[in-house]
Amino acid sequence: MAETKKMTLGIQDVADLEADDDPMPTEPMTLNMGPSHPAMHGTVRVILTVEGETVKDADVQVGYLHRCFEKESEHATYTQVFPYTDRLNYVSPMLNNVGYALAVEKLLGIVEKIPERAQYIRVIVGELSRIADHLTCMSAGAMELGAMTIYFWGIKAREWIWELLEELSGARMTHSYVRVGGLAYDLTPDFIPKVRALFPKINTVLKDIEDSLYENRIFRDRMDGTGLISQERALSYGWTGPALRSTGIDYDVRKAHPYLVYDRFDFDVPVGSKGDNFDRYIVRMEEARQSIRILEQAFDQIPEGPVCLDDPRIILPPKPAVYNTIEGMISHFKIIVDGVKVPPGEIYSFTEGGNGELGFYIVSDGTGRPYKCRVRGPCFIITSALQEMIVNRPIADIVPTFDMMNMIGGECDR
Amino acid sequence: MSVEALNRAKELLGAAVVSTHSYRGDDTIVVDAPDAAKALKTLRDDPEVAMNFLSDLTAVDYFGREPRFEVVYHLRSFKTGARLRLKATVAEPEDGSNPTCPSAVELWASANWFEREIWDLYGIKFTGHPDLRRILMYEEFVGHPLRKDYPKEKRQPLVRRPPDEV
Repeated sequence: MAETKKMTLGIQDVADLEADDDPMPTEPMTLNMGPSHPAMHGTVRVILTVEGETVKDADVQVGYLHRCFEKESEHATYTQVFPYTDRLNYVSPMLNNVGYALAVEKLLGIVEKIPERAQYIRVIVGELSRIADHLTCMSAGAMELGAMTIYFWGIKAREWIWELLEELSGARMTHSYVRVGGLAYDLTPDFIPKVRALFPKINTVLKDIEDSLYENRIFRDRMDGTGLISQERALSYGWTGPALRSTGIDYDVRKAHPYLVYDRFDFDVPVGSKGDNFDRYIVRMEEARQSIRILEQAFDQIPEGPVCLDDPRIILPPKPAVYNTIEGMISHFKIIVDGVKVPPGEIYSFTEGGNGELGFYIVSDGTGRPYKCRVRGPCFIITSALQEMIVNRPIADIVPTFDMMNMIGGECDR
Repeated sequence: MSVEALNRAKELLGAAVVSTHSYRGDDTIVVDAPDAAKALKTLRDDPEVAMNFLSDLTAVDYFGREPRFEVVYHLRSFKTGARLRLKATVAEPEDGSNPTCPSAVELWASANWFEREIWDLYGIKFTGHPDLRRILMYEEFVGHPLRKDYPKEKRQPLVRRPPDEV
């Protein structure tokens, strides 16, 4: 019988291994990652040049989910663009709806005239979406490092939120709930109590995630000190949102340039200190809690009243008027076929989306369709820094770095 | 946005300014494309205006108008919180070649992907860009889809790659 090779490694054996005369071959190797990769929750392709375990060069390629948002918008009426905005950041569609509506309203010059109740409801649905967005990022990020349970907890909590938004708008993900000049409908009668009942449950989930991960050796080893970026580089790369705040810059559009009724709420802007992946994780976690704080205040303050502007040039007439009066029918017909007439001009309007500054640059030529409708998707800009952040780092750092950028294909590729 | 920033910027740029306007609170400065990079550098490095953040960069095709294109920079100052829009007018060369605009990659890293996107969708060449490739479309795509003379329903030829190429 041949001698069995001893498999247990004692101290002597480790020393033998280290003294090995043959070093690992380190000629560069090209490695393809994506566009469909189990640990990349978006369609992005990275062509890596690796030496051993170290990434020497990377070519990040986006665009696999390009759906011609701008070209389609130029051929749609202002109202018809809403369903396209749902599909930008499809994890927080309400925030896109609100951002786009505010842009068109700025161009129309009616931002100040939107009824208060509509503004509060926009904040409420927006903040709920933000919680859903951060929950998705945190739970998917943990899953891709092996913590499958966290994913189920987070997605379960996200589903509670989406169920309520579905009850409100009729659609689980693609809500199209906001309109130019107001909202599609008022809140359902028991919406506020149902959301209030949800807060303790969401807080428990956030606490559970925190308790399971913050002291977890595997999680911390992969998040601490990886994906580092300095404040200067983050600004140069045009970063905004939780990713920028992880470096310690407290730029939040809701605080810096308050819109809607955000100046009436008392909330904090969490910032990180090092700009690594773990900082981005805790910034998102704390922001979800701040969103709950904003929601609680909004529920206390929300007034009664109409949810749409009273202007027949912008808002569709009520259905009885459409069916029973000729004026109502003509008005309905004009808005549906020609669209809301927007005076010529150009504006850039920006709000705080799930990933950062969500900007819309709209040029109007005076017709009912935008001449140009550009969206500044925050994660397109954040993803452009991925190459710099993974070069000269181990392959294993790519996944946490990419996860914490929260690249959403719909918003990145538009 | 801020009127003080606009006035100070006008002073700084001097003769390069073609026109300025303010609409719905957005302040705009228009310059010619060859002056764009220099104007951006001036605005970024001036301690008072300090437009140190390139928030957005896009282009617009005003088909039928001269000059045809505008490259639009949205700037923000992290020092004062003011915002400013700089527009560079880009004319289409008469020989039918691609219009050009100086690149801002040396000023902001974010300009890299923004400018690739504009090249891809509008066909404006950024001189001095280190890696001007298509970004949202694929390499074999013919034309620049966001130009107004590109029909929305236009179809592209089927791309067949040789089996040895990946």
